[in-house]
This record gives sequence, C-alpha cells and structure tokens, in this order.
Amino acid sequence: MSATEAIPYEELGRPISGPRALTSDWNRFWHLTFNIARIQWKLRFFGSALGYLWQLMRPLLLFTVLYTFFTVIGHVGRGANARLGEPEHFYGVQLLSSIVLFTFFSECTVGAVASVVSQEAVVRKVQFPRLVIPLSMVLGAVFNLGLNLLVVLIFALFSGVRPMLTWLELPVILFVLAVFSTGLAMLLSALYVYFRDIQPIWDVLTQVIFYASPVIVPLSSVQAKLSHTLVEVYMLNPLASTFQQFRHAMVNNATPGIRELMGPVWICGMFAIVAAVFALGFVVFNRSAPYVAENL
Amino acid sequence: MVNGGETALPAIAARGVNKTFRIPEQKVHTLKERALHPRRRTAYQTFQALNDITFSVSRGEFFGIAGRNGCGKSTLLKCIAGIYQCGGDIWCRGRLSTFIELGVGFNMDLAARDNVVMNGIMMGLSPREARKRYDSVIDFAELHDFRDLKIKNYSSGMLVRLAFSVAIQVDAEILLIDEVLAVGDAAFQQKCYDVFHAMREQGKTIVLVTHDMSALQRFCHRAMLLERGSMVHVGEASDVAERYLEINFGRDPEALDADGEHGGDGDARVIDVWAEDARGDRVPAIPQGQRLSLQVLVEFMVDVEDPQAEVQIHNEDQKAVLVASTWVQHEHSGRFSAGERVQFTFSFDNVLAPGRYSPVVNLAHRGSGLDVMDRYDRGFSFLVRANLPMGGIVDLPTEVGIRRVDSAVPQSTDVERELSA
Repeated sequence: MSATEAIPYEELGRPISGPRALTSDWNRFWHLTFNIARIQWKLRFFGSALGYLWQLMRPLLLFTVLYTFFTVIGHVGRGANARLGEPEHFYGVQLLSSIVLFTFFSECTVGAVASVVSQEAVVRKVQFPRLVIPLSMVLGAVFNLGLNLLVVLIFALFSGVRPMLTWLELPVILFVLAVFSTGLAMLLSALYVYFRDIQPIWDVLTQVIFYASPVIVPLSSVQAKLSHTLVEVYMLNPLASTFQQFRHAMVNNATPGIRELMGPVWICGMFAIVAAVFALGFVVFNRSAPYVAENL
Repeated sequence: MVNGGETALPAIAARGVNKTFRIPEQKVHTLKERALHPRRRTAYQTFQALNDITFSVSRGEFFGIAGRNGCGKSTLLKCIAGIYQCGGDIWCRGRLSTFIELGVGFNMDLAARDNVVMNGIMMGLSPREARKRYDSVIDFAELHDFRDLKIKNYSSGMLVRLAFSVAIQVDAEILLIDEVLAVGDAAFQQKCYDVFHAMREQGKTIVLVTHDMSALQRFCHRAMLLERGSMVHVGEASDVAERYLEINFGRDPEALDADGEHGGDGDARVIDVWAEDARGDRVPAIPQGQRLSLQVLVEFMVDVEDPQAEVQIHNEDQKAVLVASTWVQHEHSGRFSAGERVQFTFSFDNVLAPGRYSPVVNLAHRGSGLDVMDRYDRGFSFLVRANLPMGGIVDLPTEVGIRRVDSAVPQSTDVERELSA
C-alpha cells in the first residue's frame, strides 16, 4: 500500500482506547491479578526460613501483647462480664479475630498506597488494565486472611467455641469488609501518584482507625461510656460494624451484633458508606488510570 | 506484499495523533503543599511531544521511525502500544508485542522465569501458554546458566537480551521495537539482524525505532522521520536516512551561516562563499561522490598583483581535511584593481566522509602567503551526505578484492622469495 492511498478508516473498527483501569478481556484481568498477587506473595516469603510464619507472627505478637496487657493488667474479659453467656466471654478469641481482620484491612490499604508507583517499570512499558495492581494487593491480603482465619478457627475451637449457625454470616461480613478495603485501596493508590505524602498520612490514620474500632476495647466498655445514639454513630464505621458483627457471629452470640446496636436506618447508612467509598475509589482510579504512566 | 481483501487494511493506522505533556513549573507533589497553598495556581508549561501524526503501516511491512533524541519516537511508540493516552485515533489490528526503553517491564526482584511468565500473561497469553514460552525465551537469550538468578543481578546486556527475547518470542502480529540495536555486543546485534530478517520473511508487521541508518535501510520497507514531534518525511527508507543525516549534522544552519569572522589587513574582503553541485546549483548539502565546487567571491579594496586565495576545509573536529590554493596552479593570478570583484573556484570529487564542513578562506598578497589581506572563518558550512558512514575522514574510492589462496601457508613463500632475491 502506498503512503498516498486513502485509508478506509471506517473499516478499521474502533481505534485503540489507550490505557484504562479495566478491560473487556476478563480472563486476562483475572490471570493478571491472580499472578501478580501470587508472585508478590512468593516474593515476600522467598528466602526467609520461617516463610509464612513471619506473616503470622505479626498479628500473633500483637495479640499476645494486647491480650496480656488488657486481661492481666486491665482486667478486661475478667470477672462477671466474662462468664459463659456474657458479652466478654472468649475475649481472647474475639480480640484475635478483630486483630486478624484489621491486619487484612491494613495490608490491603497500606500495601496498595504505593503499589501503582512501585510497579512503575511495568506501568511505563506494558499496556494492561491498571486496576489489576491495587486489586492484586487486595487479593494477596485475602490469601493471608484465609490462612490467618484458619489460625483463629483453631484457637477458637481450642478455647471452647463451638460451631454455630451464625457462622454462615461470616462470608457476608468478610465480603463487606473486602469491598470497603478495596474501595480505599483504589482511592489511595490513585491519589498517591499525585500526592506522595499520602503514605505517611495513611500510616498515621490506620493507627487512629485501629483504636477507633472495637479491636481491643470490648463494646460493652463503649456502651458504658456513650449514649445509644453515639454508639450508633460509632458503629457507622464499617470496620466497627464488621469487626463487631464478626465477633458476634463467630465467637460469642452474647456480644451484641449490629442489629442490637443500631437501627435499620443506621445499618443502611453503614452499607451506604461502604458502597460510597468503593464507588469513589473506583471513579478516582478510573479517571486517573489513562494518565498514570506519564505522571509517575 | 499485500494481496487484496481483508489484508489490504493496514495493520497500524494513525490519524492526527498528538500528545501534549504538561510540565508543572513547580511540582506540587504533596497534600501538605496543596493544603498550605490552596490558591496557588500551579503554572504549567505544555510540551507538544507529538503533533498531528498521520501514517499507516501495512500488514507485513517493516516500518522504521528515525529522528533525533527527544523528537517523540518513543512517545509515539507508547501511544501505539496504548501506554499513553493521546489525542487523535490509532488503530492496531492484531496482537501487539512491545520492546520499549530497553525493556518490557521487568520486576527486578524476580527470577527470569517469573518475569517471563508474568510478561506473557500481560500480553494476553493464558498462564499455561506463558509457561510454555519460557524455554524458548531462555534459549534465545542464551541465559540457561542464569535462569534462577534474580534479574537485578543480571548484567545490563543480559537484561536486554532477555527483554528482547521476551518481546519476540510471543506470537504477536505486530512488533514495536525501540532502540534495540543501541545496546548489546556485536554477536547480539547480529542476532537481532537475523531475527529481523526472519520476521520480515514471516510477514510480520514491525515498527522499528532506530538511530542506525544502515539498519533502517537494510530492513525497512518504508520509514518516517520525526523532528520536534512533527512528521518531516514518510517514504523510502533511503530517503529518510538521507534526511536524517541532514537534520542530524545540519542543525541550526542559520546560526552557522551567521556573519563570519574576518581578519588580515583588509586590502581584500571575502564577500561570499558557497558550494555548488555538479549542475552548478548553489546547495547547502552535497551527496558523496558528486563533483563539488567551492566558490569564493572576493572584492579587492586596493590594487593588488598576483594575490593568493586558499581554502582549508575543516571537518567537525577542526581538522583541515583538504587545503587548496591558487598559487600551485596560478602562481601569477594577475593584476586586480581596487573595487574589482573576483570569483575563485575550487572543484574536486567529493570523497569527504559524511558530516559538516566549514571552509576557511585566506586571501594573501603575493609571496609566502603569510601577508594576509583577509582571513574569513566560520561564515559558511556545507554538508556531505552519505548513506553509510564508514568512519574515515575521507571515503576514497576503494577497490576491495577477495581471492582464495590455495596453499596452507601462503605468505611464507612470498617472503622466502623476497629473502632469496
């Protein structure tokens, strides 16, 4: 074909779209997400003798410190409140479950912040759906969560928790938590491209969130200090809701679940926050995706 | 090359592609900055990296892109590859494989295997296909001994070999290759050449960005020349190669042709110097092999007898490659009166190596040539174009012969004969 010959542009189909957050090829999208997550996972444990144990060490060590401090010194989970059928029964298992969930949350979000920027070499040279990067971070955290939950299960059974019908709720709770974390992961990774101080800011914020959620503090203590409405506000935090509901459904039905703590409107409000964060995260990421490669 | 029907549609087509980068004058990279100075308007400089690029590459065509550093070649490639968002439309019909900025996007902490598999998946292969490809990639890159090494421990040559191997060992219909020939040793370059030949035979569509004009001419059916983000020329590879050399050596011709420096006692003055080709046209550039005439126009201020005119043709290293003077052939050049204008001509077969040359003109009184009336310097330069820079100062016509010699130790007999003589 000579250069001067007219090109039938309309017969060429659709022009290429440039870099995008998503792709129409979902197979490729999944393979990519899964394999990046797998390789990152491998990378983290490669060459360390204890391998996966290190991953477990962090929540377990945190648990040991907190458990010792609060039960022995703070007398949480002791006394009348901690008897069978009372909210603070199995305080240890409750604490561990929340720590494991929080570890998942912080792994997703803290890990995702710099994820796009640290994959610079790939982003600048290959066309692929950009959303794969933060999602693979979340998926990697899901792998860890699965293994950590196994440890929680063993610890629970060992402590005397018996299987309950409410365990059927657990996948739903984990799903809500995952959606919320994914939303933040998308938002943070996109913002970090433009604002590099997101990283220290988010490091501090996760600490704040840790203490603002019912991880260490049993909810009975929160209820003792706050009015009913304030407790409802407190529970609007999706982490508070999911952690507390998880404790309620998995460990001890006597500890209040979200249905006892907040009215249906407030529960809807909490779900709305989860949905809004996810949507915001997606929209921000989607809009910045075409320009990520040149702004790194 | 193209046989009707569906295949008549180009593999790559671009229409009015442009790309502008915004370069903030003060990079605001933190939220803190934003929060402290919310009203500060960040001033941007826009940089037009690509400007209205329209071209098409047929299926099975080997297309070259040439241009100086920073002219937008890599940006264009990234737009075609879908890495940059750009204005205009680009069509890419077929699976694309890219080799950009000397790599294909490796994770330095991983071994070759993981990187190769990961890259395959990114190209759209299934994990199984990607794993299957691994052996052939390692084979081609000749990295068997280092297959389990993290690639951050690879030498840069090994890295490029692996990347290039990854880029070509994928069953892609379109390949975008950026500057692969600039690195690697001779053996690797030869391997690249072999691959290019093979791919040309297979009828793959290839876009090659290169500075190597001989490779451009060897492989590319057609080529494009970019200059400051704009298309200067699209056409035959040899034309593009010639234009490229012209642009490369002939930057800012106006600046070079500024007022020259004059010296000497001023009894005569060089008015103009220019180059003429075989047809007698005044030209800024002359192809190698043609007849070249340097013309010097001189005005005498006083009456002089038998003046001498000399040109020294300096190359870019300020070495005088050629010196010619009137006193050899015209010792008695004649008597000239004040106000008279004279044109001196220096003609020779142009055997100069490609590059830029600046003649220095000396006008002197009769005698040793040291009694200078005018020394005219840096006023004019011309360009010599050639397709293949051989590396010498001049390219004298050379006959190269090859003769098979029968005996096992051929030299010794000659030497012995000489010794005995």
